[in-house]
Formats: sequence, C-alpha cells, structure tokens
Amino acid sequence: MHIQNASKLPPANKGYWFTVFQQLKGERIAMISAGVVLLIVVAALFAPWIAPADPFKASMLKRLLPIGSEGYLLGTDELGRDMLTRLMYGARLSLLMGVLPVFFAFVMGTSIGLFAGYVGGRTNMLIMRVLDIFYAFPSVLLAVAISGALGPGMSNSLIALTLVFVPQVVRIAESVTTQVRQLDYLEAARMSGAGTFEIIRVQVLGNVLGPVFVYSTGLLSVSMILASGLSFLGLGVKPPEPEWGLMLNTLRSAIYKAPLTAALPGAMIFITSISFNLLADGIRSAMDIKK
Amino acid sequence: MMDASPPLFKDIDKGGPAQPLLVVRGLRKHFLLKPGLFQKNKQYVHAVEDVSFSVAKGKTLGIVGESGCGKSTTAKLIARLIKPDHGSMIFDGEGVAEYGGLELKEFRRKLQMVFQDSYASLNPRLTIEQTIAFGPQVHGVSKDQATNLAHTLLDRVGLKPAQYANRYPHELSGGQRQRVNIARALAFQPRLIILDEAVAALDKSVQAQVLNLLQELKEERELTYLFISHDLHVVQYLSDEVMVMYLGQVVEKGPVERIFNTPAHPYTKALLQAIPSMDPDHKTWVSPLSGDPPNPINPPSGCRFRDRCDHAKATCHTVSPALSKVEGLSDHVVACHMNDGFSQPHLEGPL
Repeated sequence: MHIQNASKLPPANKGYWFTVFQQLKGERIAMISAGVVLLIVVAALFAPWIAPADPFKASMLKRLLPIGSEGYLLGTDELGRDMLTRLMYGARLSLLMGVLPVFFAFVMGTSIGLFAGYVGGRTNMLIMRVLDIFYAFPSVLLAVAISGALGPGMSNSLIALTLVFVPQVVRIAESVTTQVRQLDYLEAARMSGAGTFEIIRVQVLGNVLGPVFVYSTGLLSVSMILASGLSFLGLGVKPPEPEWGLMLNTLRSAIYKAPLTAALPGAMIFITSISFNLLADGIRSAMDIKK
Repeated sequence: MMDASPPLFKDIDKGGPAQPLLVVRGLRKHFLLKPGLFQKNKQYVHAVEDVSFSVAKGKTLGIVGESGCGKSTTAKLIARLIKPDHGSMIFDGEGVAEYGGLELKEFRRKLQMVFQDSYASLNPRLTIEQTIAFGPQVHGVSKDQATNLAHTLLDRVGLKPAQYANRYPHELSGGQRQRVNIARALAFQPRLIILDEAVAALDKSVQAQVLNLLQELKEERELTYLFISHDLHVVQYLSDEVMVMYLGQVVEKGPVERIFNTPAHPYTKALLQAIPSMDPDHKTWVSPLSGDPPNPINPPSGCRFRDRCDHAKATCHTVSPALSKVEGLSDHVVACHMNDGFSQPHLEGPL
C-alpha cells in the first residue's frame, strides 16, 4: 500500500514522471541495473581521462597478457593493447550504437504511428501494410541486408538499425493510438472544439509515449547486440577503432590461447544489454501507476 | 452557492424564452457496413431515421428507448461527433455549422456532453484539474484562469479542490468521476448539456446525489438538458418532456406526465408496463412485449413497430405513420396509425 502524506495544502502537481520515478526507486533489481548502466556510461564518457593507457598503443612484446597482469588489470589483446582501456573506449561506440538508432526510431516511429492511428482508415492501412513488409524479415537479417546494401561504415549501420526498429515502434504507437482514439475522453476533447494537433499533443501523446518508451528501452539491448553483430561481420565500425563487437571478432583468433580475455567484450555486451533489459522491466512496472 | 468567477464567455439569449434552444430537423444517419470479401451489395444500418424535435429553453428533454434504438447515435449526431447524412440544427435561432450560422467550435462550447462511462471519459494521464481546465484553454482562457475555474467548479460539484484537484481519475470513485465530468462540461459555460446515460453506471444512492446536483445546477445556471436514459424512473424524475425512440425513429413525444399517465403509442405503453411494480398485488405476469427489435439493417416496411404490435393492421405494413397530435394537443405527438385515423381507432389496452 502506498500512503500519501496528508497535508492541508494542495499537493504541488509533481506530474506523472515524478510518480514513476518514486515507484522505480522501490524496485531493487531495476535500481542495481540502473547503477550498472550508469557506471558503464560514466566509464565511456570519461574514458580519455580515466583510462589507464592509450587504446591504440600496441606492443608485440605484451600480447595476450592474462587478466590481472601487472599494469594491465584486464590483460592485453592480440596486439598488446590494454583491454581495460579498450573496453572503456569501446563502450562509447557500443552505447552510441545502442542508443542512437533506438532514439531515432522512437521519434520517427511515434510520429508515424500517431499519425496512422489517429487518421485511421485507408491511410492507416497503407502505412501499416508497407511496414509489415519490413516486419516480415528477422531483424538481424534485415540489419545485415540494409547495412550490406549501404556499404560498411558506422553511419550506414546506424541507418540500418534505425530502419529495423522504426516499424516495430510504429506498430506499438499505432495500436495504442487506435485504442485511445475510440475512448470517450477523446470524444470529450473533440467536443471542446480543440484542433487535431492540440488533441494529439495534450490528450493522445501522453498515453502513447508510455508504452512506446517502455518498448524502446527494451530495444536498447537489441540494438547494441545487433550493432556489435554488424561490426563483428565487418559491416559496422572499422578497425582499429575499439568497439565491443569488433573486439570480439578480432580476439576470436586468440580464443584458444587466452579464452578469458577473448570473452571479455562478449561479457560486456551481455552485462550491458541485460542491465538495459532489467531496467526496462523496472520502468515498465513503475509506469503502471494504477497498481 | 454561486461561483465567484465572472463569466468567461459572453452568451446572449437571442430569441427569448419562447424560442426553442435547439431545433433538430430531419436528422438521419445510415452506417455503411463493411462488405464481406465476396459480398457485393452494400448494407446499411439504419441507425437514425428522420428524427426531428426541439428542446425548450431551461427544460429537460428525456430520450428513452431500448438499447440500440439510436438514442446515443442521436446524441452524437447533435454534438457532431458523427457527421449526419442529412438534417439540420438550429441553436437559439442560428443554423449550426452552415454558412452565416454558428461555427462548430462555438456551437460545441455552448453544447456539452457527459458520457456514461465515467472512467473512459477522463484521460488517465491528466489530473482532474488539467482535464477540466483543458476546455476553457482551447477557447482562449489563460491557464491560470482556467485552473482557478476548475477549482471553483470542483468545489461546486462537491469535490474539495485542495484534496482532489491533483488526483488522477483512477484515484476517484465512479460517482466522483462523474462529478468531474459534469464539472468539465460546466467549464465551457454551456447552455445545453447532453447527458448520455450519465447516471446509468452509478449505484442508486450515488445516482440520487448526482441527479440532485444536476437539478441544482440546472436552476442555478439556467441550463437545458437533453437526458438520454433507459431508466424510466430517472427520466420521470428529471424530465419536463419525454421523447420515446424505437429503431431510430421518434414514436412519441410529450410532457412527462402525459407520457407516463396517458401514453398513446403501443410501444410506450409496453415500456411503461415493463417497469417492475412495487406492489406485490399487481405483479406483472405477462411480458408486455415479445421478441427482439427488428434488425436495423433491414427495418420493416411501414410502421417499424408493426412486428411486435398487437394492433397492427394492413395499413401498418405499407404506410409509415407520421407524428400527429394526440387529442388535439400540440405538445403531445405520436407516430401511430391508431392515432392519425388511418386505420380503425382501436383504443383500449391494459393500462
């Protein structure tokens, strides 16, 4: 039970997101995940200042040092570069590749979905059926296909990933909008004489953003894994740039000599994506304020 | 208690008390059914068929009828939430949404609606204060002023602003939510409020409170109500005039005491008989009406009630009865051949 402190003054209008945050603070797993994500983000952001070594400085003598070697906390890779440093720098690109496509897809998908859902009818059908074509392919295959067609490179894989996620976000936004559109409070809003844009902004958007936001946070981990996969296949980031997926690929050759070192980028991908997922789950339940 | 806030919108009474506030002429709506894959001909649901009536200023017109008789569709057509196929409306002497007439936006401010489902009609993501203040803001009132108005109105409908203004709809009970819906409608300072089954979902004691509130507000603010309900007791309590609808048509309209005491249409009689008797000596043994209403996709020719009417004659199968005066009274009209003298007068009945 949630007991509000009774005060005589009208409580300040803290808004919906404040309530959600209060709820989220009570979820232990979500908070731990948030901590992990924050740690990784901080490490990535401040990598140039806090990283112990130069991420590009190779040394033939110090190749594949084991984890815990002196001066190299997480060992070195196949070219003798410090793993800890490269993992921190790698987080920058990997996080970027995880967040940016989802963000673009969130903005584009919500707009298209709102439009399709609110307008309805044939326009809706046309938009949704076209997007169904994208939906028919598995996302990995689609990402590889678009990336391959556009050619390797980071911006191209960004575009590819965005295109993979847009239809999924549109679907969520469209279905929620269609539901909301039939409810009486929208009829009441139309009775107010407000214009379509005003109605969407005040009455529809708030109801659609929630579910779309939750879905998108779940996409973060997918996006990161897909981006790593593209890099692994040579379609994303180019060496010697540090990126987790690419590192996993290049360390593949050393998997028998230094299996633990080779597994490190994979472990980072795993930890980050699972933290994103658990955080998304926490947000999902926190946003259900009707409990 | 009167609210202290000055009127935000200027409303001038144009035609005086004798002019009806709303005149509806020949309202018609046929919904197109989605044809099946191998179906060629289009089918229409004849939801509302040539409905005409007027609502007097400061009065309450009750609209009754079974589910599916077109009551709610009529309400939505009047509010222009659905576009009518045919028909016109005159609001206090001005044509609605036509050239030189009343603009739709302004018309919708003067006419507000309270829906049956108190929960679905409130946005779950807005506090009730925001919900009430939304309307006036659309019409150019500043946010602060609109919020003040929302507080005044909440107080008027019996919800303390200090306690409730920042709550979300799910934190209120059904009766409280319906009060919020009423406050939302009042925020526009309307002249006509359509109450579409507004108290049907509330339990009896709360229903009585809300009905009393509606009565008070009506007198205090010189409102006119269009009260749609299937509950005859409630209609009898609140209405000055009653209109009975059957399968999308008006079958009878008259002052409340005439309709309840001397109904002229066989359908009205049957409806009234269906009210459970409170007297154990006068139990209703025989079902007053048998069968279901006919399919509105294929309404019967002539009188739409003829299939279920005990008095149906040959004329009823061919000629659709028009509304005609009952016993020469101009305010009581009925659409029945027994009344217009087309067929043999056959006046009797268990009532």
